[in-house]
Amino acid sequence: MQIHKYDTVIVGAGGAGMRAAIESTKRSRTAVLTKLYPTRSHTGAAQGGMAAALANVEEDNWEWHTFDTIKGGDYLVDQDAAEILAKEAIDAVLDLEKMGLPFGRTPEGRIDQRRFGGHTRSHGEAPVRRACYSGDRTGHMILQTLYQNCVKEGVEFFNEFYVLDQLITEVDGVKKSAGVVAYELATGEIHVFQAKSVIYASGGTGKFFKVTSNAHTLTGDGQAACYRRGLPLEDMEFFQFHPTGIWRMGILLTEGARGEGGILRNKDGERFMEKYAPVMKDLASRDVVSRSIYTEIREGRGCGPAGDHVYLDLTHLPPEQLDAKLPDITEFARTYLGIEPYTDPIPIQPTAHYAMGGIPTNVEGEVLADNTTVVPGLYAAGEVACVSVHGANRLGTNSLLDINVFGKRSGIAAAEYATKSDFVELPENPGQLVAEQVERLRNSTGTERVADLRTELQECMDANVMVFRTEQTIKTAVAKIAELRERYLNVSIQDKGKRFNTDLLEAIELGNLLDLAEVMAVSALARKESRGGHYREDYPNRDDVNFMRHTMAYREVAADGAESIRLDYKPVVTTRYQPMERKY
Amino acid sequence: MATPTLDKTDKAEAGFADSPFIMATFRIRRFNPEVSDEAQWQDFQIEIDPKERVLDALHKIKWELDGTLTFRRSCAHGICGSDAMRINGKNRLACKTLIKDINPDKPITVEAIKGLTVLKDLVVDMDPFFQAYHDVMPFLITKGNEPTRERLQSPEDRERFDDTTKCILCAACTSSCPVFWNDGQYFGPAAIVNAHRFIFDSRDEAGEQRLEILNDRDGVWRCRTTFNCTDACPRGIEVTKAIQEVKRALITRRF
Repeated sequence: MQIHKYDTVIVGAGGAGMRAAIESTKRSRTAVLTKLYPTRSHTGAAQGGMAAALANVEEDNWEWHTFDTIKGGDYLVDQDAAEILAKEAIDAVLDLEKMGLPFGRTPEGRIDQRRFGGHTRSHGEAPVRRACYSGDRTGHMILQTLYQNCVKEGVEFFNEFYVLDQLITEVDGVKKSAGVVAYELATGEIHVFQAKSVIYASGGTGKFFKVTSNAHTLTGDGQAACYRRGLPLEDMEFFQFHPTGIWRMGILLTEGARGEGGILRNKDGERFMEKYAPVMKDLASRDVVSRSIYTEIREGRGCGPAGDHVYLDLTHLPPEQLDAKLPDITEFARTYLGIEPYTDPIPIQPTAHYAMGGIPTNVEGEVLADNTTVVPGLYAAGEVACVSVHGANRLGTNSLLDINVFGKRSGIAAAEYATKSDFVELPENPGQLVAEQVERLRNSTGTERVADLRTELQECMDANVMVFRTEQTIKTAVAKIAELRERYLNVSIQDKGKRFNTDLLEAIELGNLLDLAEVMAVSALARKESRGGHYREDYPNRDDVNFMRHTMAYREVAADGAESIRLDYKPVVTTRYQPMERKY
Repeated sequence: MATPTLDKTDKAEAGFADSPFIMATFRIRRFNPEVSDEAQWQDFQIEIDPKERVLDALHKIKWELDGTLTFRRSCAHGICGSDAMRINGKNRLACKTLIKDINPDKPITVEAIKGLTVLKDLVVDMDPFFQAYHDVMPFLITKGNEPTRERLQSPEDRERFDDTTKCILCAACTSSCPVFWNDGQYFGPAAIVNAHRFIFDSRDEAGEQRLEILNDRDGVWRCRTTFNCTDACPRGIEVTKAIQEVKRALITRRF
């Protein structure tokens, strides 16, 4: 076991991690631990744009953006955080441009902007062009640009290092971050990184769903590491289902397609979104559109022999516009469906896309141990975190924004904390938990297979806690997850080696998914209302009296070792916007 | 105006409706130095829908037949660049190659990309590849004071380098290049593509420096225009053309 010492350790090298690294490397000795080579991160799969009220093409301002973000999040957004997000958006985009990001341009040479779901002028009057973009490759360009600037700044990466444990030491009654434990894929060696500051930027957890836009590697490793050490997870019941995933595969087709004029149609060719969102139509917020699609399907107006999808129709758009603005998604349709989007509509269905919830933080990225207490030296940013700027439903283009604004903020805050603090003593045998976990899996003679359990989990989640939920379906999920967690103790792997043992890592990742799926289901069961991405058919209305508050889920371990989840709640920060009925 | 488009029988649906599973053989080049110093071919027979990806087949093998089979992957739709491999002798992304498109009637060969050291099965050492990328200074370099707002760039100037911004650093091009196979010191197509991306960006002011780096004995002049790189690129970048443009810029000093 090797022990390393750094001022700042960043876990994950997607957009948030690299944006943080650019700041913290300038200010403190920083290591970035990433389970993938940095440019493999899923930020690269984001397509449509990054919101900022630049007002380059029409009147806009950050106050409208703040309002849209809060309304989009169905008033579960912390309004102070949303204001920071919208205000700092403008510099975040300009920073990226100066770093070299090749944005699309207006005829005058300014950064061009396009429409996106839920982004409006004058508090909902009409769609506004706020999304700064680069074709339908905005995430790719952000990831590449940030990596390029990490190269420029000499950021130190540990590639293919899986962080599996968060080290916490209690000092004078205060829980402090002491570092992390990582597993090196190439060698199977366990490394302890002692650090004054740790930033989690390890992304989402969408792989507990079957139909998802998420990468195979999005298994909630950061959330799970913190949760197992007694830290809470906030608002985990809120998961976004993006309306337009490729039918059955879940591959993302950007909302920018509708921003460019694409239309959703049912089997009768009807533009059904006119019924559900008379003003914003196809550009209503994602939760609204996804529910509308499933309502059409349930009422027998879905397409295809099984009536299980609808169409994204781009056929009325000029081919030149598709080539210029949507080159990648049109190619996906050709590659994976054999469809020509110039002439044929694309079969789509909602796809599990984004975790609004995660590790709770304040606006500096500092992780919270409860509703108010900060864990000194511990930070989180991006999808792994819950600030909360997305509330119950994230607006499209606000995630690429989130990673830049809060990546930068946490990078600065963590490095500054590190420069004025001392190392916290490591716990005794810091690598023990990970070593035991690895050895147990490597030596297990159990009869369960990782792939079987994962498939059962994904099918259970799709069937029971997706777009529509009821007490009964959620209870079914809770029971099934409990069964799978029990069976997980009996999994074995075939690869017993040390070198590039992805068989072992998949088993560990499954353990993370099971823990987080349970938190999600239990949090969803307790929220007896419908809000944003969490829709309860048995409680179809929003209940601001009882539920305008964040869920905080804690792992409890009894004296006999029995685990349970304790739910608590945290008030929403409301500044100037009182909750209103949400219409698009 | 909409309904006519819907009258057409959806090609994807028609395909999925009568999707016949087929038996396919995957002949995979295995190597694990923990077990043996020798690489060897191993056949796996699986039942699979031919409209699935080669990556799906590899997962099926790993998850159902042999957990030791090792490969990199992440996004599974051609964006992250993790799973470049040599499939039926041609470099491709496993997640962007459908089984039906590579003749599953015969055994489908899958092996690691060439020119980089194989570490286990389909996993290669990517460090030399990324080192070459680092060496071309792959970041925007500007002089003078920073403007308050964005730098202006006309749509035409933006379009000039659009093709090379698509690179996902998967190494399919570099590891398809016969010059690179014979001499790992050669920068290789991917590094040149990423230099091109900045040389032809109107905002960048270090074009001359980058050109001098590529004027090196291991630089662009090693390219013998075999077009393997262009054929291999899963993003459809005209790699050879980009290399030619860099060569021309070196001669004319105009870019």
